[in-house]
Parts: sequence; structure tokens; C-alpha cells
Amino acid sequence: MSQTAVEKILSQHVGKPVHPDEVVIVPVDAIMASDATAPYAIRAFEEMGGGELWRPDKVILVIDHAAPAPNQHISNLHRMMRKFAQEKGCRLYDVGAGICHQVMVENRHVQPGEVVIGADSHSCAYGAVGAFATGVGSTDLAALMRTGKTWLKIPPTIRIELTGRLPAGTVAKDVILFLVGQLGLSGASYQAIEYTGEAIDGLTLAGRMTLASMSVEMGAKAGIVDPRGLELPYRFEPVWADKQAHYAQVLRFDLSNLSPQISTPHSPDHVVPLEDVQGTRVTMAFIGTCTNGRFEDLQAAAAVLKGRSIAPHVRLIIAPASREVFNQALQEGVVETLSQAGATFITPGCGPCVGTHLGVPGDEEVVISSANRNFRGRMGNPNARIYLASPAVVAATALCGVITDPGQVMDTKASPS
Amino acid sequence: MKGKVHLYGDHVDTDQIIPGAYTKTLDVDELASHVFEYLDTDFRTRMTSGDFVVAGEDFGCGSSREQAPLALKAAGVAAVVASSFARIFYRNAINIGLPVVEIGPHDIENGSELEIDLEAGALTDRTAQRTYPVTKIPAVMLDILREGGLVPYLKKHGDYQL
Ligand code: SF4
Repeated sequence: MSQTAVEKILSQHVGKPVHPDEVVIVPVDAIMASDATAPYAIRAFEEMGGGELWRPDKVILVIDHAAPAPNQHISNLHRMMRKFAQEKGCRLYDVGAGICHQVMVENRHVQPGEVVIGADSHSCAYGAVGAFATGVGSTDLAALMRTGKTWLKIPPTIRIELTGRLPAGTVAKDVILFLVGQLGLSGASYQAIEYTGEAIDGLTLAGRMTLASMSVEMGAKAGIVDPRGLELPYRFEPVWADKQAHYAQVLRFDLSNLSPQISTPHSPDHVVPLEDVQGTRVTMAFIGTCTNGRFEDLQAAAAVLKGRSIAPHVRLIIAPASREVFNQALQEGVVETLSQAGATFITPGCGPCVGTHLGVPGDEEVVISSANRNFRGRMGNPNARIYLASPAVVAATALCGVITDPGQVMDTKASPS
Repeated sequence: MKGKVHLYGDHVDTDQIIPGAYTKTLDVDELASHVFEYLDTDFRTRMTSGDFVVAGEDFGCGSSREQAPLALKAAGVAAVVASSFARIFYRNAINIGLPVVEIGPHDIENGSELEIDLEAGALTDRTAQRTYPVTKIPAVMLDILREGGLVPYLKKHGDYQL
């Protein structure tokens, strides 16, 4: 029987062939909760009867959403997580380690062909390494801590074939913004997406994570990237979709004419080509998040800002996706370049993405961000407006103080690398 | 279940249900006091316990915060009826014991009296005297709802039953 990659992975785990729309109980390989969801999960776990964790080595807790704690209340929730981790013997990544999804992938808590569940909607990012991964809430996670299993409706798969070569100046973020614009917020609801095609074969792991992470912005349960071209620092067995697999839909997009894309307020699917909003004045710029806070993202921003200064009315805030990312950026001079250009670095973690601490915009302010969501109030103020774009676009915009295509400010003769 | 309708549109995301800034608490009454704060400032004064929220497509999209259905439940909402739900919101709602009901095209108005029978999969608009079929909740989820959520369910059974 021919299967999609997701059907294959789930069949292997359930121990029998599974079919779309069937409700199954699936054993998982690892689970994750952040400080936004772990406190509730811990409480629910205790309410379910507490006791031992299903597998302490497979339960990962990360303090990243409000790290370091902005007030005593949150600090006490963090304490609760540390105490729990110590008592139960599970792994806890504390303040500054980085964003949960980055930490999971960097530390190999998720590997190709696995089923990994996170109590965070962007857990679908692990599809970048060819895992089936999806987000759940705290109570689901508590049940997973106890049983190592969860209930799941097998999602039908949408295959998205991306043909052509990505034009110079466009990156994975432009691809995914374009797709979110095409499919809309609920275009893939309850379904899994398989991304494939020559346009994305050459993407790095970072680019694949950008792509997979925003699957949820189309309502998808999971987003898995074709393993062709995938490079990981260890040996792995990729799971390939069968050639004859049945898809709920096959969508083809030719990306050979893609231009930088931008998502406009107040919804991630309000996507337009950058030129439509070029010149819009901004006062805050943010580079970071599980979608675009990795080394190559910081490097892309540094390439735009090298030897220059950001506009005086703009504050540029950078939250590296992890300590590892930050350390690499330090070593390679990227931090220095950005700091000299006027950027402010904050703790590796979610930073201003979700508005729980640090970098909340003021009323009427316009923000350009490399994040994945721009709903009203997302960064902590319903009276601010948020645009989403690639790190290079955020950097070029910080430089000029108005929304700017990096192609117009980059020295085309100087080649990066 | 019987109650009054509070009607909203499509894509009510979790930030509109409960703003992220208010979610860092384990106190459900605190959550309830900020429900729909950005979307409908009068909601908390107009609403009485047992009322229903009726909305359009993709209710609960955005962040996976379980505080969203919890806030609604704590505020006294008896069930959410929508044309469709974001997946994680749907799961979370079932898991914390808040019934969620999918409905096809309808002309239910704000303030109407509704009656919902989950087991039968039927919804009656008593004001307009019209009955709508609604999508039946799959068995595993109905079992979880019947126990009042996943916590009491697992406390009782120790593991998933299929
Ligand atoms: S960076 Fe933003 S989107 Fe990613 S996990 Fe953190 S809060 Fe969520």
C-alpha cells in the first residue's frame, strides 16, 4: 500500500497501516513543553495522579517564553518547572538556552522518522528533519507525560510541489509567506503538508525549519519537508513518501519569479509582494523566533548592516534562537557587526514574539519582525501594527527606517561568503 | 444545555480570546476576567453562565494556549459553536471539558436562545424555532467530555481506552 511520509511514520508507530481520518492512539518518541505550557501540564499531571514520568529522558522542558522572568509571578512558575524536572529526572533547558524548538532540534531530541509532540503550536517545525511533529495543549501533554501516548486523527496530506529555482534575494521565509498568502489561515486545517520540489532541495536545515514552522499558519497539523538534500550532523534513515501515495490535494507553484514577500497587519495570510508596502515607516524591528532566529538569519542581517547604522528613529532588537546560535554569531563577528550598526541583543529565547516580556511596542507603532504571527496584540499591544518578513528585509528596513527591499541597499558587487 | 448566543465572526484567534499577556497564571478566575478583552469589551458584563459562543470559521486559531478554552469555560461559557475550529483549540477544549460543536451554514442571531444536545448531535435555535444538525463528536472525545475532561478521564482509566 502506497503511503505519504506522514502516513508511513504514523503507521510505523501505531504498528499497523493507518488511513486518513481514522482516530488512533499513537506512542510517541519525545515530548516538549515550554514555560508557557509546562506549569499547566505539571498541574494536570499531578491531578491525574502524578507519580513517575513515562520516560524522564524523553520529556524535555524549556524556559524560553518569558526568560529571564519579568516578574515574581513568572519566576515562581519557572521555579515550579525546575523543581518538577529535578524530582522527576527529566531534562530542563533553563533561561538563555534558547527557543524550545531550536533546542529540540540542536540537541537531537527529535530525529527523522520520529513522532514528537510539543505543547506549543510551532512544534510542527520538527518536520524540517522529517519527523511527524505537532502541537498540543498542556492537558494533552500531561497525559503524554503519564502514558507516552496521545489520541490523534490521522491527517490527510497535501503535497506542495515547489518548482523552479529561488531567485537571488529570496529565502525560505519568502517561500513560506507566499504559501501562507496562497492557502490562507485555514487552507490546510486538520491536514499535513509535505513540501517537495527542486526549489527547496538546496535549503539548509535552518531554511527547512523556517518552512516547516509556519505550516501551522495555514492551520496544518504537521508540515514535513522532503528529505532530499537534507544534511544533519549525524547518520539518519530518511522516510520517503511512496511515489504512488494518495494525496488530499497536490498544489504546484513555480517559484522562479518569487520576490521578497511581506505579511501585513493583522493576519499572517495578508501577504503581498514587498514592493506594495515599500516606504511604510517603522519604529521597531525584531529579528528572532523559532521561524527566523538562527545563525544564517543573523548573518543575512549582518550582510545588510555591515559598516552601517540603523535609522535613528528605529530600535532593532535581536533575540538569537539559542545560546549555540549566539555563540556562533559571536565567534564569526556577526554580533559585533550588528551591535555596531545599532542592534540590541537580548536573551536567546522567544523575546518580544509573544508579548509576555521585553520589547512590547507602543500604541500606533509599526513593527517589522522576522516572526511567524502578526495578529492584533501578538507582541503585547493591540494598538501596534506588525509586518512579517525575512531577516534581510527586517535589517534593510531598520537601516532605512521604512520598509525596504534589501536588494536596493546591498552592494551587488560585494558577494557575501 | 440551554443558553443565550454571543455571536462573533471568522478567525477569532486565541489572542482575541485571551491576550498572551494575561496567560501566565494558574488562576482560572483571573483568566476569565480577561476573556475577549480585545474583541468584545462588554462580553463579561453581558454574559450569564450557561451562555454559548457562536462563531464562524477557524475559531481559536493562533497560539496553542490552553488558557483560551479554559478562560471561556471559567467565564461560564457552556459550549462553543463554530463553522470550524483550529485543531489545537478543538483538542484543548475537549481535554479541559468544554464542548465544541461544528455547525454548517446557519442564521443564528446574537442574543437568540439555543439548546444543544451533544449526544444526538442536534442544535435548536429556540428563538427562530429552527433545528440544525451538528457534527457528532467522535467516541474517544465524547468519552473524555463525559468524564469532564482528560484529567478526570485519565485519573479514572489510567490510560487511553479505544
Ligand atoms: S519564538 Fe514565538 S512562535 Fe516560536 S515558540 Fe517562541 S513564542 Fe512561539
